[in-house]
Amino acid sequence: MDSTQVLDALRGVVPDGAVDAAPAADGMPAIYVAREHAAEVCLALRDRLQFAFAPDMTAVDFLPREPRFEVVVHLVSLGIPPYGDTPKRLRVKFRLSGTDPRMPTLSGVWKAMNWAEREVYDLFGIHFDGHPDLRRILMPDDWDGHPARKDYPVQITMPPKVYEPLQVTAEEFAANVQANRDRARRD
Amino acid sequence: MPDYEIPVLTTTVEKMVQWARRSSIWPVTFGLACCAIEMMAMSTSRYDIARFGAEVFRGSPRQSDLMIVAGRLSRKMAPVLRRIYDQMPEPKYVLSMGACASVGGVFDNYALVQGVDQIVPVDVFVPGCPPRPESLIYGIVQLQRKIDQQRLTELSSESKRIPGQPLIING
Repeated sequence: MDSTQVLDALRGVVPDGAVDAAPAADGMPAIYVAREHAAEVCLALRDRLQFAFAPDMTAVDFLPREPRFEVVVHLVSLGIPPYGDTPKRLRVKFRLSGTDPRMPTLSGVWKAMNWAEREVYDLFGIHFDGHPDLRRILMPDDWDGHPARKDYPVQITMPPKVYEPLQVTAEEFAANVQANRDRARRD
Repeated sequence: MPDYEIPVLTTTVEKMVQWARRSSIWPVTFGLACCAIEMMAMSTSRYDIARFGAEVFRGSPRQSDLMIVAGRLSRKMAPVLRRIYDQMPEPKYVLSMGACASVGGVFDNYALVQGVDQIVPVDVFVPGCPPRPESLIYGIVQLQRKIDQQRLTELSSESKRIPGQPLIING
C-alpha cells in the first residue's frame, strides 16, 4: 500500500484539495492534509480506512521556510477484523504557518492524541483548537517559551525556581484527595 | 579499693553524639537518573555500604539524615528536591553524586539545573559519570569525617555554610 491508494480511497469522501501526496524517503505512505479539513479527513481515515490506532504525534520546525511547522501524526491499522485486513501504517502531515500555528484538535478522533497534542503545544507552541485541556505537559507550568522551536536558546542562564514550602490544612488536604479521586473517575 | 575493674569508658557527650551520628547515616532514596544504579549497587552485598552504617535507605525524608542527589536535576524537579530537603530533620547532609548533579555535566541546556548547590547546601561532591560505587563509598566516608568534626552546638545545614562552596576536610 502506498500513498496513492490512500488518496484514491479518500477521493469523493473528502473535499477536493483536502489531501495531497507527501514525499517519504523511507517508503512509508505519507499524505499532506489541509488543516481546514483535518477533522473530516481524520474521521474518514479512522472509520473507512480502519486506521483505528494513532501511536504518535510530533512536529517539525523548518525555521526559515514558510509554512514553518509540520505536525506529523503516525497512524496504524492493526489488520485484525474489524480493523482492516492487513496491517498498515500511514504518516499524516499538516503544514502550518509560523505566524498562525494552530489547527483543530484530533483528540476527538483518537483519544490518545490528547497528551500528544499537549506535548506538541508545550514544545512547539502549536495551538489545537477545541482541545479539552491544552496545558503544558513536560515543562513547568510557568515556563516561558517553547523549547523545541529552532529559535529558542538552548543554553540559557537563569536561577532555578524553588517555591516556599506548601502549607495546607487538614480540610484542604482531604478536599484535594477527594478532587483527585473525582477527576480520576471522570476520566 | 576493690581489686576489680569497673567496666566503664569515659568520654565527652559531644564525641559520643558525633560517633552515633556518623555510624548510622540513613540516606533518603533520591535516585534521579543512571547514577541511581550505582547508588543501588553500593548498597548491595558486593560493595556493602553496611560496613559503614549507611545501608538503610528510607523512602521518607522524615526518617533520613543524608540526601544523595543521584543524577541530573531538571528545573521542574528542583522545587521537589528542595521540598524533600526541607522535610528532613536536622542534622541533615547532602551528597551530590556525579557530574550532572554537581555542575550539570554534559547537559548544558535550558532544562537542567547546573549544579544542585544552587538549590540545597552540599556537603560532599563526588565526581564521575557515573561514579563507581567505591567512589561513592569514599564520599560517604569523607562525610563521616566531616560529621566527626561537627560541634554539638552547630546545625548542619545552611546556618553556617555558604552555598556553592566546596567541601573542605580538615586533617
